[in-house]
Amino acid sequence: MLFPPPKISGSANPHRVVVTGAGIVTAFGCGWKINAAGFRAGRTAFRPVTLFDVSRQRSKIAAEIDLPAGLPATRLSPNSIRRLDRAAKMLLFAAHEAWSQAGWNEPENLPVVLGTTSGEMSLGEKYLQQAIRFPHAKKQQPTRVAHYQIQQQGLDLCNAFGFRGPITTISNACASGANAIGHAFEMLRGGRAEKVLTGGYDALCQLTFAGFDSLQALSPTPCRPFAAARDGLTLGEGAAVLTLETLDHAQKRGAEIFGEIAGYGATTDTHHLTQPHPEGNAALAAMTAACACAKISPAQIGYVNAHGTATPQNDATESAAINRWAGGHAKNLRVSSTKSGVGHPLGAAGAVEAVACLMALRGQWLPPQMSPDKSDPACRFQIVRQPVDAKVNIALSNSFGFGGANASLIFRRWS
Amino acid sequence: MSRIFVHGLGAVSPAGWGVAALRDVLEKNVPLPVQPVARPGWEKPLRVRTVPPPVSRPAFFAHPRLRRASAIAQYAVAAALEALGENVSRVQNGTVRLGIIVGVMAGSVNYSRRFYEEVLQEPATASPLIFPETVFNAPASHLAAYLGSDAVGYTLVGDDGTFLQGLALAAQWLADDKVDVCLVIGAEETDWIAADVMNLFRRDAVHGAGAGAVLLGKNPGGALAELSAVTDSFLFTQNQTRVEAARQMRGQLPPGAPDELLCTGAQPIPFTVAAENLAWENWPGARLAPPVILGEAFVASAAWQCVAAGDAVRQNKFAGANVSVVGVNQQAIGARFARPVF
Repeated sequence: MLFPPPKISGSANPHRVVVTGAGIVTAFGCGWKINAAGFRAGRTAFRPVTLFDVSRQRSKIAAEIDLPAGLPATRLSPNSIRRLDRAAKMLLFAAHEAWSQAGWNEPENLPVVLGTTSGEMSLGEKYLQQAIRFPHAKKQQPTRVAHYQIQQQGLDLCNAFGFRGPITTISNACASGANAIGHAFEMLRGGRAEKVLTGGYDALCQLTFAGFDSLQALSPTPCRPFAAARDGLTLGEGAAVLTLETLDHAQKRGAEIFGEIAGYGATTDTHHLTQPHPEGNAALAAMTAACACAKISPAQIGYVNAHGTATPQNDATESAAINRWAGGHAKNLRVSSTKSGVGHPLGAAGAVEAVACLMALRGQWLPPQMSPDKSDPACRFQIVRQPVDAKVNIALSNSFGFGGANASLIFRRWS
Repeated sequence: MSRIFVHGLGAVSPAGWGVAALRDVLEKNVPLPVQPVARPGWEKPLRVRTVPPPVSRPAFFAHPRLRRASAIAQYAVAAALEALGENVSRVQNGTVRLGIIVGVMAGSVNYSRRFYEEVLQEPATASPLIFPETVFNAPASHLAAYLGSDAVGYTLVGDDGTFLQGLALAAQWLADDKVDVCLVIGAEETDWIAADVMNLFRRDAVHGAGAGAVLLGKNPGGALAELSAVTDSFLFTQNQTRVEAARQMRGQLPPGAPDELLCTGAQPIPFTVAAENLAWENWPGARLAPPVILGEAFVASAAWQCVAAGDAVRQNKFAGANVSVVGVNQQAIGARFARPVF
């Protein structure tokens, strides 16, 4: 029953929650290794958009993914595989990697919690184009409708691995991935499940690209988070999936632990549909709530993976919030935005950046943003600008979205 | 585990604005008339059941965040405010922490279609006013802004059953003391493209629009009904048919009694209705199928089912009410509302 839920056995609440698998797909490539190398070196993966026509847009670049020709072996039939589009494929790659790392054998009734903003929107675009241009042509339209819908990517995932769900998909704009992980964390922490598969995904599509361009939120050049002269974000795409389980469950089966999720905070910024409150009140509240959940102080956090979109407003708000939250610790706090390398993958952002934090904690390095631009003087914290090894035990990741969805996650190194 | 109670109900539907209008139409149990919607490129229009204009213009329409908002946002806010009732001021003055969960399937389909048509015509001039309204969580955001509520809010996307998943999520937030009360809203809107999609799969199905809202809390005082169960979500997968999923859902709910109500979806979509009918073939009590009367509005339909079930219990017409949702393409899931017993 979802309500009232069965209680799992084990230690008293709240349960500790650990990560036992992490899969990732970004414009750096497919998999932990290539992405860790990219984040650690501060590489950038922007290029001219090839997926759709951007000739009349202000911005013409994005962090596109070159997907491998084949998919990992799953239980999907050839017909099902043929119908998959980009977002579903990215999700499958990431899930397969996480699943393989976790070594989970029996899927059972595994809860799946995903975040996305637009699912397979490019299929919805094709449906509308055909409906307008060829009003009586129905060829491929049923398949487009079925696979455009967000729940279909979750179902594809379940069919691929034999999961029986339930599937919960959160669409809180650019905080979707972080909210999904946070929700999965709360399920485990509260003893409502022993393991959960969670993550976020989004593929580039014309509607979203044109939408951000219409708001003049896209930079014509690669984005420069927290630079004084920043002028907008660069879109990306991707997927990241985590296998989460209670510490008891992971230790009982002798699983390798990648890191611990220690805290989560989620708030709503009511200032404006697309603009954050200038002083970052809701962002501050999310970070504060995550710390309270983890029972730690800001001074214990060694690295912040910022939302850092590089729009003038987001970065001003986020730096104000980080300054207020960290207080006197701000000058020692190291911060970077990995969107400087792989762009803003929207609903995948929180999940991709969660994996980047886990990589940094495991590898004991910090992901730099290599822009030579002068930092915004409003930033009282240290921007990580060069690849650097670092002793860091706790990291916080911020995700803020349209509509005022704010989420912060805290990760702890496992040793 | 905390007991969870229903403290408010709200509805906007083709029956009109408010639960009373919904109740009146459902009691008559006659499908509402359909309206034509022009389908570009076709001589014959498509059929929908739209929401009639409100009798008087709601005050919230003048709020800066809602003046240009999509219809789906207006429906969601109207249903939410009705469910909140006198709690609106307590949320606005910060004495009550309100969680907001909005469930959608098609979402802001009208503004999305309009914006993408503009993109196809001339992307450089596509409207920056329309694009933000296409985002799935825009209705939840507008509602939070209207209420000044900065607590947690999620927008869930999935098929009809998503509304019931939202009820279970609200119960979790309440049990964890994240919020004092929680609104669960299901909302959808009509557009020719949505009607076109429905027509593609089943010509006699009619697309509907509107919203339903249920306000949940832990305090038993003044409760209208009790949310006593939400079943597991039984997915339609390669290894589990709709029939099997619906059967398992039924198995987690009480068997029923002659003085109980069953609220089903039962739209004329053959693969859905067959599975649902089979699961409930021996139901001993009364039956009601709001989507048959109001139109198929996906997550809003499931919300109407729950509002109708909760309202029937509130009015002491039935001792309890089961809600059965055999969704369009994701899951079978059920819920139960009962008279609070202490």
